[in-house]
Amino acid sequence: MIVVVGAGPAGIAAALRAQECGARVTVIDDNPNPGGQIWRGDDENSWVARFRSSGIPLLSSTRVVAVDVEARSLLVETDGVSGRLSWKKLVLATGSRELFLPFPGWTLPGVFGVGGLQALAKTHLPVAGKRIVLGGTGPLLLAVGAYLRQHGADVKLIAEQANIQSLAGFAPELLRHPRKVLQGASLQWAIAGTPYRTGCWIDSAEGVNKLERVTVRSGRDIWTEDCDYAGVAWGLTPNTELLESLGPEPEDVYVAGSGEVDLSFVEGEIAGLNAAGYPERTVLLAPKLEKARGFAAALATTFALRDELRHLAKPDTIVCRCEDVTYGELRKFTSFRAAKLQTRCGMGPCQGRICGPANEFLFGWETGTVRPPVFPAKIATLFSDAPLPADTTGQPDTKEITS
Amino acid sequence: MTRISINGHQVSVPPGTMLASALLGSGAFRFRNSVSGEPRAPLCGMGVCFECRVTVDGHPHARSCQVPVREGMEVNT
Repeated sequence: MIVVVGAGPAGIAAALRAQECGARVTVIDDNPNPGGQIWRGDDENSWVARFRSSGIPLLSSTRVVAVDVEARSLLVETDGVSGRLSWKKLVLATGSRELFLPFPGWTLPGVFGVGGLQALAKTHLPVAGKRIVLGGTGPLLLAVGAYLRQHGADVKLIAEQANIQSLAGFAPELLRHPRKVLQGASLQWAIAGTPYRTGCWIDSAEGVNKLERVTVRSGRDIWTEDCDYAGVAWGLTPNTELLESLGPEPEDVYVAGSGEVDLSFVEGEIAGLNAAGYPERTVLLAPKLEKARGFAAALATTFALRDELRHLAKPDTIVCRCEDVTYGELRKFTSFRAAKLQTRCGMGPCQGRICGPANEFLFGWETGTVRPPVFPAKIATLFSDAPLPADTTGQPDTKEITS
Repeated sequence: MTRISINGHQVSVPPGTMLASALLGSGAFRFRNSVSGEPRAPLCGMGVCFECRVTVDGHPHARSCQVPVREGMEVNT
């Protein structure tokens, strides 16, 4: 049995490739629908549709709480059900989350990650007529700006922190990917009329109990934009908690996914073929992998974060939102461990998933200190020793889950 | 349409609406109080940040960005 954790592009690719090779596969995913954050259950996406019709069992809305490397089992929890899921080969396609950089006012209701704002809009958050400012970096700003405009939002500004010179340097790489040029062109058309400023970023957010305006900076210019919602995008950070909890060099474990969809997909294909025992078939994917890596590397260079962003947080700016720990408190410490012990920074329900990468960026601290449970869980789950009931997926061959 | 109750008020939303979207759409901005009493609402929208926790049918700490609405659901922020 191959268990794939994550049903985004990488997980779907891994599962389909492994199934093609004749392997038995089960996929588990935290979200209610397959497709990950990018496809989000979109049946018009051919891969989501193909995955749904593949017959591969999918355990949706299911979280991995802990891993037992010796026993080769995952402790998982879903609504009302918990249990263990055994694997012979494990593919981790746990995806990425958005990186958040603290700035004054970023805790106000109405400030979202740009991907999160789109995710909510796709599940019927009304955005028509809402005044929205997007700020940060990367192509996601444009994609989400276009999506929100299509749905009637008044996108007042898209602030891209990268300067125009580095964006111009991106052009040659983009030309090697004709499909992405087309996407870019249609995005430009879709956001026509929305100001797109380069070398520009959100300095702070203001409002009483909820967002009312943001202060934006571009060079020496500083101005405010009244808005209902703001979406910020500082790039992605991988979900490595599960991988880290496996310890060094675990056997029969494969990892796929990068935050960039094409690269994630091909990495997933390779992981699926390897897990199914057909490593020789991955050779054919080498050119696709190289091309996708080139694009992902160019993205990383073009949209590298500028140093000024390290200085947005003020002493009273909250960095750890779970425990309300401020930048001023944290900067007294020299390591994440010391800060945790003294302030509880990173010890709330998100377990440092939001403030950890922020602390790495702000202070250069190493923050990876994973211990089970890797996700908040019910006490009963921790004591659950039972194999996962076979009927939780509603799929015919789930009796084999525990084999 | 799916009918749910938000802090005792009846709201109708399209099927497939995520609870966080329904709450924001109904004007809710204080999903939870932070440890120092600040209002908090969804940040990540994908189940990571835990800022959108609400009580669903009596069960606390549900991440509303990961919970699709169900007919008759009772939600308290």
